[in-house]
Amino acid sequence: MSKFSKKKSGELPPVSTASLPDIVFMLLFFFMTVTVMKDSSLKVENVLPNANEIKKLEKKDRVIYIYVGKPTPEFAKLYGTESKIQLNDKFANPSDVGDYILAERAKKSQELQNVLTTSLKVDKSANMGLISDIKQELRKVNALKVNYTTYDGDAFNNLQ
Amino acid sequence: MARRAGAPEVNAGSMADIAFLLLIFFLVTTTIETDAGLDRMLPPIEPPDTDVIIKQKNIFQVNINKNGQLLADEELVDLKDLRAKAIAFLDNGGAASGTPDYCSYCKGKRDGSSSDSPAKAIISLKNDRETKYGTYITVQNELVGAYNDLRNRESERLFGRKFTDMEAEYLNPETAQAVKDDLKEKVKRIQDLFPQKLSEAETSSSN
Repeated sequence: MSKFSKKKSGELPPVSTASLPDIVFMLLFFFMTVTVMKDSSLKVENVLPNANEIKKLEKKDRVIYIYVGKPTPEFAKLYGTESKIQLNDKFANPSDVGDYILAERAKKSQELQNVLTTSLKVDKSANMGLISDIKQELRKVNALKVNYTTYDGDAFNNLQ
Repeated sequence: MARRAGAPEVNAGSMADIAFLLLIFFLVTTTIETDAGLDRMLPPIEPPDTDVIIKQKNIFQVNINKNGQLLADEELVDLKDLRAKAIAFLDNGGAASGTPDYCSYCKGKRDGSSSDSPAKAIISLKNDRETKYGTYITVQNELVGAYNDLRNRESERLFGRKFTDMEAEYLNPETAQAVKDDLKEKVKRIQDLFPQKLSEAETSSSN
């Protein structure tokens, strides 16, 4: 008799939350592996122009980035308000672009060195003179594949 | 009451909170977006060995001045009309029927004073040093758009689907290899019908 009455309990057993950390860790590892950290902080204003006939820039390991734009307010005192080039974390002159491309190219593995694309992230208010200088430098080091990186949108919005 | 055997359990209830904190940190600091833009090839720096003589009528000259105004084939053109003008030029097919340049798929006016065939037609883009980058991109976008419109038209006729879709699928790394091989041929064929000949001359510094 007493054998059966022992088990009897009035309340429900609580739901075990012991597996919750495992689930969250799983999510955490997923995000840690699929995402890429932002590697350089922008020192220039970088509002890209819009375009709609665009192609996606696949495979981030094959891309070298060049940023162009006006220095942000905190750097404007030092560098003025004319458009500047940013390579990695530094401001640079057009003549530095060639060396930068060669250095970046040397960092990549052998089989990727011939398929690199240069992504030009240029603020829409920049002047073409600076871009032409960069293009000239790129031609000198034979980095001919460029991508004018833009936002997806109506191209006529650029004119305002 | 006496304790039963076994060490007391560590309370793991706060583990979830710690993990959530880390998760939110990674969610906020990382970016998954892929960039997109206009792909272009720059001309090689060393000039070609042989000078190629190109007939004036096969060149469509686009000039952008520092105020963002356009001069296309010596006429002042509004940016909105540029695409239509470029299409008319590329699709003209001026060469007479029977000549080697004859373009059987062109639907243009077949005007003898404009381009002979899409393979011969060259668009030359010139800009001033003070041209705004935004304007330049808009012009580039319209010219690439002109090529894409024509390629889409031919692709719809030959394969029943858009060229831009086929190209995007071909370039997508997730596409299966068998599909890619099939697409490669089709993409190549359309590209040969309307090869993208967009020359970017060096910037003029007119005052």
